[in-house]
Amino acid sequence: MFPELFDTRSFREAIDRSADWVVTNWGATIEAAFSPLLRGLVLLEQGLLWLPWYVLIGAVCGISFLITRNVKLPLGVGILLFLIGAVGFWDDCVRTIALMLAATLVSLAIGIPFGIAMSLSLTVRTIMRPLLDIMQTMPSFVYLIPAVMLLGPGKVPALLATVIYAVAPVMRLTDLGIRQVDPDVVEAVTSFGAGDWQKLIHAQLPLALPTIMAGINQTMMMALSMVVIASMIGAGGLGYQVLQGIGRLEVSRGLLAGLSIVALAIVFDRIAQAYGRRMQTSLHMNDE
Amino acid sequence: MNNTAKPKIVCRDIFKIFGKTPAKALELAARGVSRADILSQTGNVVALRDISFEMAAGETFVIMGLSGSGKSTLIRHFNRLVEPTSGSITVDGEDIVAMGKARLREFRRRKVSMVFQNFGLLPHRTVLDNVAYGLLMQGRPKAEQRERAAYWISQVGLAGYEGHYPRQLSGGMKQRVGLARALAGEAEILLMDEAFSALDPLIRGEMQEQLASLQKELGKTVVFITHDPDEAMLLGDRIAILREGSIQQIGTPEQILLEPANDYIARFVKSVNRARFLTAGQVMISFPVLAEKGLTREAACAAMADSNVDHVFVTRDGALAGVLTKDALQESSKGTGGIHVTTSCKTSMPLEQVTPLIARSSLPVAVVDLEGRVVGGLTRAVTLRSIGELTARSSA
Repeated sequence: MFPELFDTRSFREAIDRSADWVVTNWGATIEAAFSPLLRGLVLLEQGLLWLPWYVLIGAVCGISFLITRNVKLPLGVGILLFLIGAVGFWDDCVRTIALMLAATLVSLAIGIPFGIAMSLSLTVRTIMRPLLDIMQTMPSFVYLIPAVMLLGPGKVPALLATVIYAVAPVMRLTDLGIRQVDPDVVEAVTSFGAGDWQKLIHAQLPLALPTIMAGINQTMMMALSMVVIASMIGAGGLGYQVLQGIGRLEVSRGLLAGLSIVALAIVFDRIAQAYGRRMQTSLHMNDE
Repeated sequence: MNNTAKPKIVCRDIFKIFGKTPAKALELAARGVSRADILSQTGNVVALRDISFEMAAGETFVIMGLSGSGKSTLIRHFNRLVEPTSGSITVDGEDIVAMGKARLREFRRRKVSMVFQNFGLLPHRTVLDNVAYGLLMQGRPKAEQRERAAYWISQVGLAGYEGHYPRQLSGGMKQRVGLARALAGEAEILLMDEAFSALDPLIRGEMQEQLASLQKELGKTVVFITHDPDEAMLLGDRIAILREGSIQQIGTPEQILLEPANDYIARFVKSVNRARFLTAGQVMISFPVLAEKGLTREAACAAMADSNVDHVFVTRDGALAGVLTKDALQESSKGTGGIHVTTSCKTSMPLEQVTPLIARSSLPVAVVDLEGRVVGGLTRAVTLRSIGELTARSSA
C-alpha cells in the first residue's frame, strides 16, 4: 500500500468546492461570454444545412478542382461525400463538418498568433511547449467535466474540447515554420529597413506558409477525431450516430457512421494536402 | 578620390566578440592575446579586433580575406545587422551605433543598401516587386515604385523579366535582381557581401564589368567583400586585407601587389595576374629625354652617363621622335644620325597590353602621359622583372 502522505480528501474537496463556487458565481457570466461563439457555430451549421446537398458537394468539388487543376481529386471527393449522403448520414455529416470547420477556425485564430509568439520569444516557447504536451495528452473528459458544469452540455463545450485538443499542431508548426525561414531573406529585408512587423508580413509568414499549412491540415484531422467525444456532450453529428450504434448495439450504424468519419477525413486531408503542395511549388526557392 | 574631403565612413577601434562573456574577452583582445587563447580561456570568439579606417565618398573599398577572417561580420557593422562589442562607426559624421530603432530603420532605408552572397530575394514576389522592395520601404507612391524598379531592371539587363519569379532565374540573373534592388533606392552607400562569389567565373566577370561601369556613372561609396584577390584588384580603389579579425594592410591595389606588408599578404596575392593590374606608369624607369633641336653627341653621352642607362628618348616639338642608343652613338660620328623610331604607350596601359609591344622591338618603349609628354620608358628586362617579381619574392 502506498503510504498516505497527506489527507487527499480535504484537498480534493477544496478543488471541487472552488469549482462549484465558480459555477454558481460566474456561471452566467461565462455562459454569456461564450454566447457569440455559440451563435456563430449555430449560424454556420444552419447555413450549411440550408444549402441543398448537391450545391455543397459541388462547392467542395469546385474548390478541389481550383487547387489541383485536375479532375481526379474533385471526382474522388465528390464520390465520397455522395456515399455518405447515400447511407443516410447527410445531415449528421454537415453538422460534423460545421463543428470541424468552426473548431479549426478557432484553433487558427489562437494557434497562429501563439505560434508566431513562440517563434520570436524563447520564453514563450519554453512556457508553451509543456502546456501543449498537456493539452494533447490529457484525456479530454477531464476538462469536459468543468466545461459541462459551466456551460451545460451542448455545442460550445464540445467546441472548446475540440479546440484544446486540436490547437497544438498548428501552433507548433507555425513556430517551426517561422524559425526555419531562410535567414538570408529575413536579413535582406531587415537591411532595407523593415521593422519587426514588416519582416513578419513580408518574409517570415509567407515563407513559413507551407509548414503552417501542414499544421492546419493536422489540426483539421485532430478536430475530426474528436467528433465522437464531442457528440457525447451534445454536439450531434456523425459521432452521435456512433454513440447510438453503441447504445443500441447496432453494428451497422456504428460501422457506417465510423466509415463516414473516415471518408470525411480523407476528403479534407486530400484537399488540404493538395493546397499545401501547390503553395510549396509556387514558393519554393530551390534553384530550378 | 579626394583625400581632403570629409570621410564618408569612419570606423574607430571596432571589436566584435561572439560569446556569452564578451567583456572579459574584450579586455584580453585589447591586450593582444591571441584568438585561440581567448577562445580556450573564455569560450568567446574574437571576430574583429581593433579595426580602424576611413572611407572617402565615391570610393570602392574592398575588404578581402579568407572565410573566417571576419569580413562578413565587418560589413554587417555598416548597416548594423551586427552590433560592435566596442568601438564607433560614423557615417557622414553621424554615430550609427548610437542610433535608436526608428532612426536606424530610416538610415537603412535611405542611406545604405546591401547585396547578399545568397541573393536574399523574396521567393513569393516577382522580380519587379523584389526590386521595388527598398522603394516600398521608403514609402514611395506605388506608381513611382514600379517605374523606378522597371528602370533599374533594364539597367542591369533584365528588361522583360519583370513578371518572373526568382526561382525561374539563373544565379547570375538573381544577383542582377539583388543589385537592381540595392541600386533602386538610390542609397549613397552600397554594401556588397561576396556578391559575385556564388556565380560561375564567366558570369562573375560580366557582373564585375557591369558593376565597374555602373559605378563610373553613379559614384557610390561601395564596400565590397571578397575572398578573390583578382576581384579585389579589379574593383578596389583601396583594399583592406583581413586575417583572423585584424586588418593586415590597407592600400591601393598597386601597394598591395608591389609592397605587401607581410608574407601572408604576399602569399595571398601570389596568384594575381600582375600583368593585368600593373600599369606601364607604375613599373617604368626614367630615361633622359632630350629635345632633337640642338642635340649633340656629347650631350647625349653625358645624359646616358649621368643616368647610367644605354638609351635616351628624343623629342621633336615635345612629341616623341625616337630613341637613341649607346651603340648607335658609338657607330655614327654625327650626333643625330642614329635615332630609331620606337613605339609608345600610355602610363595607364596594363602590362598585359605592353608586353606585345616590347616583344616586337628590341628598343625600349616610351611611356607617355595624357598630354603625350614622355615620362619614362620600359625595356624588356624591366617589364619581365616586374611581372616576375612577386613570384620570385614569395618563392624566396
